[in-house]
Amino acid sequence: MMDAGIEDNSNHNFSGYDVRVTDAAQNGDTFVYVIKSQQIPSDTEYRVEREFEDFEWLHHCLLTQEGVTGLHGIIFPPLPAKPGTFLSNSEAKTKKKIESLAMVDDWQMYCRALEEYLHLVTAHTVLIKNPAVHSFLKHRELPIKTKVKKGIFNKLTQAVEELRKEHHKDIDDFFQNERDSNLTLTAFTKAAVEKFLEIVLTEQKIAIACGHFSTALHLGIGQDDDPADYAFAKMCLKLSEVLDTVKKNFEKVAENDLNTLGFNLELHSRFQDAEKEMLFRRTCKLVDVETANKNLGQAKPHKKAAMEDIKKAADKEFDEISGMAKVEIQRYHRERVRAFQKALIELSDSQLQTARECCVELKQQLAEFKQLCAE
Amino acid sequence: MADDSERVPPPFPEMEQRETDPADGESDEDSDDFEGEDIFTGNSQPSEPKKDPLPPAAPTTSTTTTTSSNTKTNGLHSDDEEQDIFAEATVELALDSPLNNRKREPAQAKPSAPGPSLTVTGPSTLKPPPAKTFEELEEEEEKDAFELNIAVTNPEKVGDGMNAYMAYKVSTQTNLPMFKCKTYTVKRRFSDFLGLYEKLSEKHSQNGYIVPPPPEKSILGMTKVKVGKEDSSSVEFVERRRASLERYLQRVVSHPSLLQDPDVREFLEKDELPRAVSTQALSGAGFLKMINRATDAVSKMTIKMNESDITIVFKWFEEKLLEVESEDQHLRKLLSVVETLVNHRKELSSNTAMFAKSVAMLGSSEDNTALSRALSQLAEVEDKIEQLHQDQACNDFFILAELFADYIRLLTAVRGSFDHRMKTWQRWQDAQTTLQKKRENEAKLLWANKPDKLQQAKDEISEWESKVTQYERDFERVSATVRKEVLRFEKEKATDFKNQLVRYLETLLHSHQQYVLRFNKEVPKEILEFLHVKHFHSVNTSCSLDCRLLHQRGVVGFCKDPYMLEESSDFLPNIIVDGVLQGLYPRDIRVSFTPCTKSWPPTKTEPAASPEASPS
Repeated sequence: MMDAGIEDNSNHNFSGYDVRVTDAAQNGDTFVYVIKSQQIPSDTEYRVEREFEDFEWLHHCLLTQEGVTGLHGIIFPPLPAKPGTFLSNSEAKTKKKIESLAMVDDWQMYCRALEEYLHLVTAHTVLIKNPAVHSFLKHRELPIKTKVKKGIFNKLTQAVEELRKEHHKDIDDFFQNERDSNLTLTAFTKAAVEKFLEIVLTEQKIAIACGHFSTALHLGIGQDDDPADYAFAKMCLKLSEVLDTVKKNFEKVAENDLNTLGFNLELHSRFQDAEKEMLFRRTCKLVDVETANKNLGQAKPHKKAAMEDIKKAADKEFDEISGMAKVEIQRYHRERVRAFQKALIELSDSQLQTARECCVELKQQLAEFKQLCAE
Repeated sequence: MADDSERVPPPFPEMEQRETDPADGESDEDSDDFEGEDIFTGNSQPSEPKKDPLPPAAPTTSTTTTTSSNTKTNGLHSDDEEQDIFAEATVELALDSPLNNRKREPAQAKPSAPGPSLTVTGPSTLKPPPAKTFEELEEEEEKDAFELNIAVTNPEKVGDGMNAYMAYKVSTQTNLPMFKCKTYTVKRRFSDFLGLYEKLSEKHSQNGYIVPPPPEKSILGMTKVKVGKEDSSSVEFVERRRASLERYLQRVVSHPSLLQDPDVREFLEKDELPRAVSTQALSGAGFLKMINRATDAVSKMTIKMNESDITIVFKWFEEKLLEVESEDQHLRKLLSVVETLVNHRKELSSNTAMFAKSVAMLGSSEDNTALSRALSQLAEVEDKIEQLHQDQACNDFFILAELFADYIRLLTAVRGSFDHRMKTWQRWQDAQTTLQKKRENEAKLLWANKPDKLQQAKDEISEWESKVTQYERDFERVSATVRKEVLRFEKEKATDFKNQLVRYLETLLHSHQQYVLRFNKEVPKEILEFLHVKHFHSVNTSCSLDCRLLHQRGVVGFCKDPYMLEESSDFLPNIIVDGVLQGLYPRDIRVSFTPCTKSWPPTKTEPAASPEASPS
């Protein structure tokens, strides 16, 4: 099902697919996501239901695709974390109450994150060629669903290796710079994400407090014939209305924050990690190459030919990876900047809009209140 | 205040305000403009038909203070009330503030021309600033000829170490005949205020008057101040205390009977007051007070109004007491809720600050220059927003929370007056019982025929009879006083709340407007940056490189009648604010003006035909 149309697409914004994650339904313990996709040239629309495990399977397939040159040089689009921990982990656990309120938005955001993932996959010129993608989007049932579980042992060895190779000096300046900047950016982005989510949480808390205030004002209203008390009661009701406006405003503000900058920062943070992984893979390859060279140098004569072959293979792989990586990195930066810009603009726009609406309402209510006082 | 007296077009007050008070006059302008709008939309003057002669004091600065009605005229200003902008204006209050001098004109003066209005609005309470600028009172007394304005300002630390204390300057301006001079300035310390309360309550609360309670002692707060910790919490504490002392004094003087008390006068006039030792926490007098309070509490439990005596009048008192109780609860609940809100806002502001910092770091480590600049822009905006949140939190606190707390204390005083009434009643009942006993005694003696003792008994009876009548009269008097007091209290409360809430809403609106403006600034700059450096097809292709930043555009025009506008910020003319608010400057639309070199904020030259318009 490779259409020529897809490969012709050089414009990165345009994927051959139009993918939407429209819904999430709870099916016992797990959530099922409804994915609607449509291949652009044709008119047929496909609708499938997938669980999070299916996404993991797809990701695994992408990572282990055979026969693609320089596969390890690709920055794989990051898969969102397992559902339930979408918001920053620590926050989610400590602020359970808020969490439940935000649940509705949470699922929508999560669907959006999955959608973004699929967009990124289908937009990638190399990844789209993986047949797994098509079967993911079109087939009712997925073929072999091997449970991909990273055992603890794997993680340990990986961690040890990371420590060993992470600081290996690179032969290429371009990549060395990239690695350094990636390191700093990752840290900062993570910090920014955390702080931003804290802001969002506080905003939600304020919204709740306003709600409490508003209801508390209703408590004191009795049926008083005394005119002074009656006036007081009316004032309380009006104030309560105002507070409701403020509350709605804060909720909207928090929502805006989350939808725009929050989403973007979170995605970036994960992308930085993906880039880090890619660079790490390349560094590992570099280490291999250097080891191969060293072995070649030290090899006994009868093994020299074999070593030569190994060295040549390693060199070739390394070059492929580097080539792909370079392209990927440049593409990644372009996309990142563009996405960031879009997010910032959306943030400003939406906040501006919300603030304007709130101002109008408050103005109105202030006028009414003063009217009330005048009576 | 100037509500009813302002007949000039609102641009004047804005101009005036901004000239004199650029940084602080924010909420003033709000009220100014609003008052203008009132006039122009033909709203009736916000008058309170049931106001008492001396309206309640508004706390700290009240921009829309208790508006006096046009109906209450007095000999001094009756004719001019229509045009006299200063009819209700107060005299410049704090002598030590030159800022006020410029803005005010003497209340007695009748301005010949309707010059720039005198909405003598003090600086806003948006920030807890140095106390100097904070004290202006725009008090509208209804009796225009007789004014009494009090300001508590300038907390100074006197002395050192643990013997240090804060001295507050109490400035009075008045033209009441009972005072010898027109103005006074004295220095008082907190224990002086407490001493005044003690004296007043001794004398008057027995008669059923509701004596306003002073702010509470706070050992922790004062210790921090004494020790010399100059951090934000101790500054806030001093500010809180200053504001509550001011409100306390204003309440005292607005009470017509308490004002007559020589002690009050002494407090305001005398340079040196004898140290009120009895107010110290750990002293002989302190213990005595505690014991008294305990006995009072016990006796309260034993007194019970006889059910059979309940008349309609009595019923009224019972109902009122219940109301007071429920109101107390209500206020307490509100107070706790408001405090939560304040805390959350403070949290939000600190979170925003942290986020701003991390965004700044992100921006600085970013390679792409455009993005980097945009991010630092974002960081700046967030910083300003943090300030906004902080301000709003302070507003919440100073306006609302303190209001509730004050009234909770006042309600305790109200309850106290009810208690005193009970005591009087009890005394009367006791006297009646004694009289009864004496009569029985007399009857016995008569029967036993002991003439010598009879005379004594008769004397005693007449004595007790007179006592009974006296106590009965006392009781009646006290009941009447209590009733009057309670009614007055309720009216005051209503107006007080009204004013405060209006102020609060105004600040709320204002801060939201600021929020709008901040964000609006951010958007165009970012686009500009991005478009300068990057060239890719994005949503904003319509915005060309010629698109000027918002602040460099000229004023588009009137979006609506400027005279109708209510609020404005301190540095933006209404047009622009409203334009922004209405989305008149969306970033996608190109406005074909030649860019001028004005800088943000734009100057005040409004297209309005106002001769007074002048750049700040």
